[in-house]
Formats: sequence, C-alpha cells, structure tokens
Amino acid sequence: MQRRDFIKLTGAGAGGLMLPMSGFAVSADQLLDKPMDVAYKKKLADIALNAAKAKGASYADARIGRYLNQFVTTQETRVDNIVNTESAGIGIRVIANGTWGFASTSNMTPDSVAKTAEKAVAVAMANSKFQTVPVQLAPVKGVGEVSWNTPIKKNALEIPIKEKVDLLLSVNDAAMSNGANYITSILFLVNEQKYFASTDGSYIDQDVHRLWAPFFATAVGKSGFKQRTGLGNPVGMGFEYLDGKEEDKIRISGANVGYKNSYDMLEDATAAGKQLQAKLKAKSVEPGKYDLVLDPAHLMLTIHESVGHPLELDRVLGYEANFAGTSFATLDKWRSGKFNYGSERVNLFADKTQPYSLGNVGYDDEGVKTKEWDLVKDGTLVNYQATRDQVHMIDQKESHGCCYSQSWRDVQFQRMPNVSLKPNEKDISADDVIKDVENGIYIAGRGSFSIDQQRYNFQFGGQLFFEIKDGKITEQIEDVAYQSNTQEFWNSCSQLAGKSDYRIGGSFFDGKGQPSQVSAVSHGCPTTRFNNINVINTARKV
Amino acid sequence: MTILTEQHAKKLLQKVLSFSKADECECNLDGQVGGNIRTARNTVSTAGEQSDLTLAVQSTFGKKTGVATINEFDDASLMKVVKRSEELAKLAPENPENMPAFGKQKYLASKTAFDSTSSVTPDDRAQAAEDSIKPSKANKLVSSGFLQDATTFVAIMNNKGLFAYNKATNVDFTVTIRTEDGKGSGWVSRDYSDVKHLNTKKASQVAIEKSLGSVDAKEMEPGKYTVILEPAASVQLLSNMFGSMNQRSADEGRSFLSKKPEEGKEGGPTNKLGEKMFDERVHIYSDPMNSEAPTAPFAGDGHRVGKTDWIKDGKIVNMPNSPFWANKTGVEYRPTAYAGSGLFGGPSQIIMAGGNDSLEDMIKDTRRGILVTRLWYIRPLDPQSLLYTGLTRDGTFYIENGKIKYPIKNFRFNESPIVMLNNIEALGKPERINGSMIPPMKIRDFTFSSLSDAV
Repeated sequence: MQRRDFIKLTGAGAGGLMLPMSGFAVSADQLLDKPMDVAYKKKLADIALNAAKAKGASYADARIGRYLNQFVTTQETRVDNIVNTESAGIGIRVIANGTWGFASTSNMTPDSVAKTAEKAVAVAMANSKFQTVPVQLAPVKGVGEVSWNTPIKKNALEIPIKEKVDLLLSVNDAAMSNGANYITSILFLVNEQKYFASTDGSYIDQDVHRLWAPFFATAVGKSGFKQRTGLGNPVGMGFEYLDGKEEDKIRISGANVGYKNSYDMLEDATAAGKQLQAKLKAKSVEPGKYDLVLDPAHLMLTIHESVGHPLELDRVLGYEANFAGTSFATLDKWRSGKFNYGSERVNLFADKTQPYSLGNVGYDDEGVKTKEWDLVKDGTLVNYQATRDQVHMIDQKESHGCCYSQSWRDVQFQRMPNVSLKPNEKDISADDVIKDVENGIYIAGRGSFSIDQQRYNFQFGGQLFFEIKDGKITEQIEDVAYQSNTQEFWNSCSQLAGKSDYRIGGSFFDGKGQPSQVSAVSHGCPTTRFNNINVINTARKV
Repeated sequence: MTILTEQHAKKLLQKVLSFSKADECECNLDGQVGGNIRTARNTVSTAGEQSDLTLAVQSTFGKKTGVATINEFDDASLMKVVKRSEELAKLAPENPENMPAFGKQKYLASKTAFDSTSSVTPDDRAQAAEDSIKPSKANKLVSSGFLQDATTFVAIMNNKGLFAYNKATNVDFTVTIRTEDGKGSGWVSRDYSDVKHLNTKKASQVAIEKSLGSVDAKEMEPGKYTVILEPAASVQLLSNMFGSMNQRSADEGRSFLSKKPEEGKEGGPTNKLGEKMFDERVHIYSDPMNSEAPTAPFAGDGHRVGKTDWIKDGKIVNMPNSPFWANKTGVEYRPTAYAGSGLFGGPSQIIMAGGNDSLEDMIKDTRRGILVTRLWYIRPLDPQSLLYTGLTRDGTFYIENGKIKYPIKNFRFNESPIVMLNNIEALGKPERINGSMIPPMKIRDFTFSSLSDAV
C-alpha cells in the first residue's frame, strides 16, 4: 500500500478533513443495519446476467458488494479520528467476442443494473478489436445458492466505540509509561458483504470479517530516536483476537512474546516501551555472515515477497511487467520439475482456507471453491497461483481460486492467496531452533523490506534484533538488515520449529495492478533458521 | 454530474451549510471522472472508466468533531449527512488540538484544467496504446503499458466565510518494453496537465532504445560511483525527504530535522530551521502557479497557498506544519497544496531548481559514471539519516568519456537523499515527473551495495 493512502486512511495527514480512501461514512448504528436481502440480491444479479447474455455475452458474473469499515486512530492521550464508512454497488464482468469487459455502478435500480451490464458488454466488444488470443475459462460447476461466513466470535463492528477508544488509549499509556515518548495506535475493522452470481449457475453470499490493530511507538534519546511497531497480526477474525489469551502466547527465552490466534496488545505495548529504551542503548551490529533465526511475525513478510509474489502466474506471464514486475520463477524452471527453490526442508503451500487467515473465504471472486495446494514441495517448485482464465497456460484444468477485487467498483483479478511454510513434522520449539546456533541473530517483527522486480535480490530489516551466542539469546542489538538472493536464501534453510510454534502473520494492504488495488493476505510459518546469511549495518552518519 | 462548475458547487454547499446546527461546519465536495487503458504482451489487457462525487461534512461543537460523507445529493441526503456528522461530533471525545476554521481567503488563479484532457475518449486511449505497441512490435519487443486520464474538482466551504474551488486535469502514461528473451528492458514515464503534450509513440521510442540497449548487461562491482539520476530516479527519494520535513516531528525529536540538545544543557530537541544541510545549489520549493506542474492554490482545509521555499541555498527555510503546531510554536502556518483524494490523489508537488543542460549534455560532460533510468522498491532504513534502500531498474548504463559505453546489471543502493544533495556535481533542466519538477542530477559517490540479476 502506498504511504499516502495509509495516511489518508488513518487521517494522520496534515490539513483538511480526515477521510478514508473511499466509501462514505455512516454513523455507528448504521454499520449494524441488516445486510441486503439475499432474494433481492439474486433478483438484481439475474437482471445483470440476463442483460449481458441478451447483448451477446458468452459468460457473465455479477458481484453485489456492501463494504463496511471502521477506523479508530489515537495518538498518545488523544483520539485523532473515528470514521465509519459504507460503500455499496454492483460490478459486472462479461466475456463477449472472447474478450473481458467490466462496468460497475452504485446505482442499484433494476434499470441501472441492466444498463451497466450492457456497458460491460460494449467495453468487451470494443476491446475485442485489439485482442489477439480469446479468453479461455477453466470450467466451474455452478453451486446454486450457498453462503459462507468468517467464523467470528465477536463482531468487531458491534463493540461500542468507547471500548475501542479505551483499549487504544490504555495501549498508548502502557507504551509511554514504559519508555515510549510517542505512539499512534489504530483499529482497522473490515466487513465485506459479498454476493456473487454467474452464468455458471452460482449464487454465493459471503460475510467476510478482518481486523488489524497496529501501533507505532517512538522513543527519543540523547543520541537520536528509535521506533518499534506492534507484533500483532492482521487476521480474519472478530474482536476476540484482542482477548490476549495465555495459551496463544509463545515466549522466546530472552527475547519477545509471539502471538498465535489471540493478541495481548497491552502486553506488547508495555514490552515495546521497554525495548525502545533498550534500542536507544543497544550496540550496533557488526556486519558479516550470520545464522539467522526468524520469528514468524518477521518471516511472514519474507515469504510474501520472495515466494508469494514471484509465484503469481500473471507476473510470470508478463501482465504486471509495467508495474510490480515479472518473476525469476519462469515457466521453463517450473516445467523442468527440478528447480530447487529451497532446501529439502522447505515446503510452501497456498490456500484460501486456513482458519483465522486474511485470505480465508468459501469461494473466490469468480465463484471458485477455495482450496489448498503445493507451491514448493521438498524444495522443488511445483506450481503457481492462478485464476480461471490462466490455468490453461500451465496445462491445468482447475482454477486455484485466487481471484479477488478490493470492492464492487473494481474488476477482479489474480491476487495472492495465503502462502505459508509448513512446520517441521517433529514438534520442536523456537528455543530448540536457537540452541544449535553459535553466532547468529534472532529477528522479530516486520521492518524495512525491498526486493527487485523479478524477486531475486532482497534486503529485509525487522523490529527487534537479538544476538545469539552459543545457542542462547544474549542481548538486543540494532541496525540489522540482511541481503540475499531468493533461491540462495531458501536453500540455506536449515531448521524449522514444529506445529506448536506455527503462527499466521499477514499484510492488510498488499498493492498490485493498474489502477492499483489492495488485498489482504496471510502467511503462516514456524520460527525458522537460515545459515550463513549476509548481514549489513544500516546505521549511517550524514 | 460528477464535475460541477464553481457556481453549481457553491450553490450546493450553501444549501448544505443551511442545514447545519454546529458551532462550525466545513464541507468538501470532491468530484472525479477518469478513464484508463492497460496493455500487456503487446495487447490491451483491461480498460475502464470511473467516476465519483463525494460530499464530506465536518461538524464541530466546541472541540468535538465528527465527519460524515455521502454520494447522494437530494435534499434528504444532504440533511442526513449533516445530521450524521453532528451525531458523530457529539459522540467523539474532545480533541485538545482542534483549531478554529479559517475565514474568507484570497487565492491565486492557477491554470490547472485543460479541455483537451477532459475530452479524452476511449478511442483516444486505444489509439494512444496502439501508437505505443506498434513500434514495439515492429522491433520484436514486448510492450506493457498504462494510460490514465482524469478530470477532478474540489470545492470547500465553511460557515466562517471560506469558499474555494479548483478544477484540474491530469494524464499519466508509463510503458515497459522488454526484449522477447527477457534480457533487455526499458521504461518511460510522462505526465501532463494538458494531454496535447503527450505523444505515446515518441515516448515509447525512449523505452525501445533502452530495452534494445540494455541487452547483455555487464557486471560492475558494487561501490561508490558518480551517477546521473534521471528525474524519475530521484523523484521518490526527494518526495520521501519532503514528506519527512514536518515541523512537529522535528520539534519532537523524531525527524532528520531534529536538533539534539547540546551536551550538558537542559531542554528538549529543537529543529534545524535556518541550518545549511545541503549543497548551496539546492533550491526546493512549491508553487501552484508553475505552468508545467500547476496545483490548486489552496490546501485541503481551504487555506491559501502560494509559492513557498522549503530549502534555499542549501538551507532549511520552511517546514510544513499544521495550524495547531504553527500556533503552539508561534510560527506561520505552512500548508501544502491540496493534491486530490481517492483514486486520483497524488503526492505533494515539489519543484527543484536546476540548470539548462539536457540529460544528453550531462552525459557528454561525464568522464566515468552510471546513468540510472529509475529506482524501484524504495524503502526506509533509518529515519534519522533518511537512509533508503532500493534498486535500479529498466535501463542502467555505464558512461565513459561522454558516451554510454555499455549496459550494466542492476544494483541495490543504500543511500540517503541528504548525502545525495550534498554530493551534487551538476543539475540539468527540470522536467515534470509525478506532478513535480525535478532536474536530472549528476551525483558523486552514490552508494551501491549489491548486484541484482533482475532485468
């Protein structure tokens, strides 16, 4: 996500009204309005599908969406912003003359919906003049009328504003009482009410919930300032994620607390204050080769950048060449069946089904039932991430179910599913992974991350760095970033913790496409060790 | 309906204000109409048109503020949105930093809208895409591009007498042209307020030449090199630096412009206002009246903006701030111009003064150096030193004795714009890029830290 979008979203920018990126704000009680009647949605969708077919579409789908968001932003002792937004409308996608066409409208009268469907067909017909290869869709059997809901326990939108404000202000107080001078804390709450219908005979009603509670704390000392962000994860859960249950905490000896499916924000903010003070005094890393032990709240982003993105089939094929880039993981490497993506310990899989994950849905945005599949098996590249119109290009007959649009307004396209690293079959702990390291660094939290447009060369930082000497974490250090090459890095994977340590992290605002769309995606992994990685020192005097 | 005239917008906002019961009420009306076409693999991949009109109402009672927005404009909806914002204001806790709204302002008349751009049709976009793809195909190259045009307007009114209106047009074009074997890649970017300046065929020729010229790149050792950064290569580093110049962050000790307290002395950090931090040729400013990259003559809160120097003669002369912080610290409010919202919102305009030399002249005057087309995936490493990392992309060349000698493999850089702006060898003629005006720059001792295999 672009920084400016983030600033707009949180209202942290200077000047003007404080607004989110899109959508229109509504009062808190309205967020609890009942969703649109399913029978009415079916009627509207049928109007769209029939109008498209009548104008010559060979395929059509309609997505009726109601997107509800709430953002609460606080800084230190004050509430900066409370925004409720709602956005509703219909997006209609068609194939006519073998070419895609799309149009959308917020005006959901039957007449407007029919006209929008006709416009989508007209766009397809116009673009078909330039189309060189007709669209080829993998078959999907209609599923009739079905529904799916994120399995939440507490609907975050139903929690009173006061409770949310009190939580964030207590988090700020905890950080500032323990060493932070400044802190911004935010609650992002998302509810996508999505209805999908297609000419294949599917009518799918889904209620999707996501939550993220980040904070950004700063401490100012005599020698300068340091920053620490929260170690919580964005999740496909309700407000229960913020219960902070003890059984969901993993304590790493001498370092931080890792959070599984429940986050103790207050505890993390308290730790952040103390760790900020330690950062101000910490020694600067000596550059060189180290064995790195990466905490899941850090490794998730390395997976995202060095596995998730390069294995998106649209990038591999060149559809993202002008924006995000292409990929080193070319079709010839995959076809060889011998491309060593990583060491034999490395098993990476994709899914949109893991409970608590951001990608978890019943069906994707083109009506494909979601599933799990392997991307890298025993270190070898075995598959990509693809949609209905792409799988035939990799000789497959079934879509992977990776189609997503950020709203009813935008056209759906291939987006990253959850991409995760399988834990060790032997259920060893994070401390067990650390104990064999003679000279290493343990890294937790996501920091600076940068990777080239074909995903070879990367450089990643983190939030917390701890020196490891003779199998034990000794002290907090600073100014660490590691540089590596994707294939070399994954081939240096030497140990993984087991399933008890497996945690799901994620990215709430993954950007892709032109015009750019955001998507939320999770990455599960255990604490993992990588041997002999190049570490640089990021401190610089100017 | 989505692009209203000044008179129409004024009338609508006066009606909205007539429904308000709040101590203060401020309304923003934002309209956007735009279209785009995306190409890949030498053909059109997606195309579309988007439009939107949103009214935002901010109501304030004492120091309690609420915001609500809506995109329906019948009287009942207008009353509803005013009422919602008032309800939210009553629910909100007091914000001690809330500041009173501004009164009537006098604005400069900047020319930001061009009928030529507002008149772009889907056929025009398709033709522009075809003009880019055709020469690419003729050279057996693979083209992927994106063209987006937009007309936007904003109107701001409050119950203290302020009314501001601005209409703007913009067109952006980028294309990446690669060799079929993936060994060469070139890129070009053009953006204008007036579409009549856009020639996608001519622009694409630059990407074609870079693509063909970048095949079989040689490896050079990472290290410190003299570089010529095209405007597209430095604009994000400069924008990021500008984005970190906020006065409050500096005063609070959490910025590259914070000044540490002197050893043994009491007191908090101060800022570096007035200090010389860069080469004396560095002059960075904003100007809504710039004819090539004009902006609205007011900020998002309706306050007027004029030409503002931020860095002059290498010294920090002004820092952007908020009304609250300006008032608290007893300095003038220094806002930046409204840069749009939603889909078509952009970064703040910055203008960096340069010389008269073209990029070609600068290459001719270089004995040994590296030409950088653009930098990619720029991320911060250290907010205190403004150290950034990222990579070169789509055309990196070795220059020797005034000529491009051969293409070189892409580098990762770890560098700070502070260092960059201290190591200036030469500045060329500023060009518009991403709504800003940036000169090509020759910089000595630019730090490349590793090699990348990416093309």
